[in-house]
Amino acid sequence: MIKLTVNGQARTWDGDPSLPLLWYLRDEVGLTGTKYGCGKALCGACTVHVEGQAARSCITAMSDVAGQKVTTIEGLDPHGDHPVQKAWREINVPQCGFCQAGQIMQAAALLTQNPHPTHDQIRETMSGNICRCGCYQRIETAVRVAATGA
Amino acid sequence: MQQIIAPRIENVSRRAMLRGLGITAGLVLAAPVLSRRGMAAYSTGADKMPHGTVNDPRVFVSIAPDGIVTIIASRAEMGTGSRTSLPMVVADEMEANWDRVIVKQAPGDEVKYGNQDTDGSRSIRHFLIPMRQVGAAARMMLEAAAAKRWNVSITEVKAVNHEIVHTATGRKLGFGELANDAANEPVVEAAKLQLKDPKDFRYIGKGKVSIVDLRDITTGNAMYGADIRLPGMKYAVIARPPVVGGKLVSFDPKDAMKVPGVEKVIEVQGWPWPSKFQPLGGVAVIARNTGAAILGRDALKVVWDDGANAKYDSVSYRAELENAARNPGEVVRNNGDAEAALKSADKVVVGEYYLPHFAHVSMEPPAAVAHVADGKVEVWAPVQSPGGTREDLAKTLGISDKDVTVNVTLLGGGFGRKSKCDFVLEAALLSKAVGAPVKVQWTREDDIRHDFLHTVSVERIEAGLDKGGKVVAWRHRSVAPTIMSTFVAGAKHEAPFELGMGLVDLPFDIPNIRCENPEAAAHTRIGWFRSVSNIPHAFAVQTMVGELAHETGRDPKEMLLELIGPARLVDVGPSVKDLWDYGEPLSSYPIDAGRLRGVVELVADKGEWGRQVPKGHGLGIAVHRSFVSYIATIVE
Repeated sequence: MIKLTVNGQARTWDGDPSLPLLWYLRDEVGLTGTKYGCGKALCGACTVHVEGQAARSCITAMSDVAGQKVTTIEGLDPHGDHPVQKAWREINVPQCGFCQAGQIMQAAALLTQNPHPTHDQIRETMSGNICRCGCYQRIETAVRVAATGA
Repeated sequence: MQQIIAPRIENVSRRAMLRGLGITAGLVLAAPVLSRRGMAAYSTGADKMPHGTVNDPRVFVSIAPDGIVTIIASRAEMGTGSRTSLPMVVADEMEANWDRVIVKQAPGDEVKYGNQDTDGSRSIRHFLIPMRQVGAAARMMLEAAAAKRWNVSITEVKAVNHEIVHTATGRKLGFGELANDAANEPVVEAAKLQLKDPKDFRYIGKGKVSIVDLRDITTGNAMYGADIRLPGMKYAVIARPPVVGGKLVSFDPKDAMKVPGVEKVIEVQGWPWPSKFQPLGGVAVIARNTGAAILGRDALKVVWDDGANAKYDSVSYRAELENAARNPGEVVRNNGDAEAALKSADKVVVGEYYLPHFAHVSMEPPAAVAHVADGKVEVWAPVQSPGGTREDLAKTLGISDKDVTVNVTLLGGGFGRKSKCDFVLEAALLSKAVGAPVKVQWTREDDIRHDFLHTVSVERIEAGLDKGGKVVAWRHRSVAPTIMSTFVAGAKHEAPFELGMGLVDLPFDIPNIRCENPEAAAHTRIGWFRSVSNIPHAFAVQTMVGELAHETGRDPKEMLLELIGPARLVDVGPSVKDLWDYGEPLSSYPIDAGRLRGVVELVADKGEWGRQVPKGHGLGIAVHRSFVSYIATIVE
C-alpha cells in the first residue's frame, strides 16, 4: 500500500507499484490536466511537482512517490491564479494548449527555486518542454513576466 | 450518457463565467430548422465542399433570457484559434458583448452546420462571410423585435453592445429581453442583410480577444480527446500489424493477462490495405488504466503476416525514386520546349532533393472514447473531420448516421493526422466488443509507427542558363507516392491536388518549363501533413533558386525576383488541364506574381537581407504560395 499526497489530499494506492504516476493521476484519480505526450520523459507534457521539484510523471513510478507530496496543474493554485498562470494568460501563450500544463509546472518549479532567473536560465530550464505549435517566444516572455512582473 | 458528459464537453470554455452568471435552461432563438445555405459575398470554394456552408442564425446563435449569447463553433480547434475567431466574427456582427458570449462546440453534423472538415487552411476563408451573415441576421432580428416593442420604425433602432437602442429617445432593451420576440422574427434573407462597415468592428482585426479556452488551458481543465472519462470506462492500447498490409496470424494473451490491471485481450478487426481510414486491426489489451494496458501489450506474444510490403526498405526505396527522377515521366506541364532549351543551354545546373517520410507527431497522440450501446454509438474525439468520422462510424458499425453522435473535443494538435478517424473507429469496435465505454490511447511509438505518413519524395530540377546567366529552361521531375494510394489500390501518380501544390503552379517567368511526374508505388499509408505537397515541391524549387544564385555568383534575392518576373497574374498555360487552386476559383484566388514580389521585398526589409553575419553563418531567402497564401522567409 502506497500512501501519498496529491494536491493536499491524502491518497493510497494498492495496485501495481511500478505504475507510472502519470497514469495514476489521469486514470485512477481523474486529474487529466497532466498530459501524456511521449512516456519517455522527452517532451515534458506530463510535468508535475514532487516535493516542489519538477518531475516527469510518465517515468516516475508510484513506488517513487510513496510518502511524498505531488502537485498537479489542478492544484498549483486554489484559484488557478499562480503568477505563472496569470502571466500565461496575460501573454496569451497557448495555441492548441496540450503541452501548456507541463510548461506551466516546469516554469513554476523554476521560479520557486530561482525567483529571478536570467534569460539563459529560463531557456535552459524550459528547453525540455516541447511545444509543437511553437509558442516558445511567448513561453519565454511569460516566465519573465511571472518573475519580474514585466 | 449524454447527461453525464454534457457539462464537461459543452462547457469546455468559460466554465467559470457560466457558474457566475447562472445561465438558464430556456435558450431561445435556436430552432431545429433546416439550414439556409450560405452565400459568400465573393466566390470561394466553400460551396464545393461537402455540405457547403450555412448562414442561418438559428443554427449558430441562441440567446438566453439573461442575455447570455451562445455561439456555436462548428470547426475543430487544434491551435489555430478558429473556435474563437469564427464565433467572435458572429459576435462582432451582431453587436454582442464578447464577455457575455459562450462558445459551444458543435457535434459532427454537416447537414446542420455545413462542412466541418477543419483542414486546408480555409476555416476563415470559407466561413468569414457566412459567420458575418449569421451575426448580421441575428442583429437585424433583434432590431426588428425592438422596433415592434416600441412601435417605432426599424430605421430608428440600432444594436449597440448587447442592447438595442432607440436612437431618438435613448431607450434601451437588452438582448435577453428581446430574445423571445427576436426568435419569432423571420430570418433576414441574405440579399437584405446589412453587414457592418469594417470601421465599426469591435473585435475583428483588433487582436484583443484571447482564445476562449485560455483559462481552462492554464488550469488543466481544458478537455482533449484523451481527457474524456465515462463511468465504467475501460482503457485500451492496441498492438497493430507492424507493416502496412500485414495481418494478425495468432496471439498468446497469457503473459499479458498476468499484468496487474489487465482485464481482457481481444482481437481488433482490420481492413485490407488500402482502406481509407479503416483500422489496421491487431490485438487490444483492455485494462483498468492506460499504464496497465501498455505493460500488458509489452507482454503480448503476437505472430504477424507482414504481407506484400514486408520487404519495404526506405533506403532502397529512395534509390528507386532517384532512378525514376532521372528518367522521363508523365508530363504534367509543358510550356515551350524545355528539352531543346536544355540541350542548347550554355550551362545546365542540376539539383536533386530527397525528403523522407514525416510523421505528424501532434503533441496529443491519437486517442478517442466510444460508447456503443443499444445500437447507437457516441464518441468523444479530437477529430478534424467530425462529419466524415460520423459517416465512417455508421458504415463500420452498420448503423444509420442518426444513431452516431460525434462530440468534438479540443485537439492537442492535428496537422492532418486527425482528419483520419481510424483511432475513433478502433474505440467504437472495442466498445461494442466489451460492452462498455472504451478509451483507445495511441502511444507515441504507435503514433510514429502507424501514422498516415507524409509522402516521401525525390525532386529533380534541371535548369538551363544562357550566356548571360539567365534561366531559359526548367525541368522539374517530382516522384512521390500519392495520397490517393490510401484510397485506391495501385495509385502511382500524384493527383491534381498534389501537383497543384507548388509543382505545376510554378510562378516563374521562364520561357521553357516542363514538369513531369514519374510513377511511385506506395508501401505505407500516405496521408496529408500540414502544407502537404508544398513541402517537397517548395523545398526543391526554392533551394534550387539558391543553387542557381550560387552558380552564377548572384544575390539570391535578386535571382529569386528575376525568376518570378514582373508583377502579373501567372498563367501556367494550356498544358495544365483544370489547374487545381486549393479548391478555390482561380478568379478569386489567382497566382499573383506581384504579391510574391511583395512578400520577398517585405521579408528582405524585415529580415535585413544582405546584413553581415558571423563567420560560418549564411542567409537564405525563399518565397512560396501555399493554400493561396503568400509566404516569404529568411533564415540565418
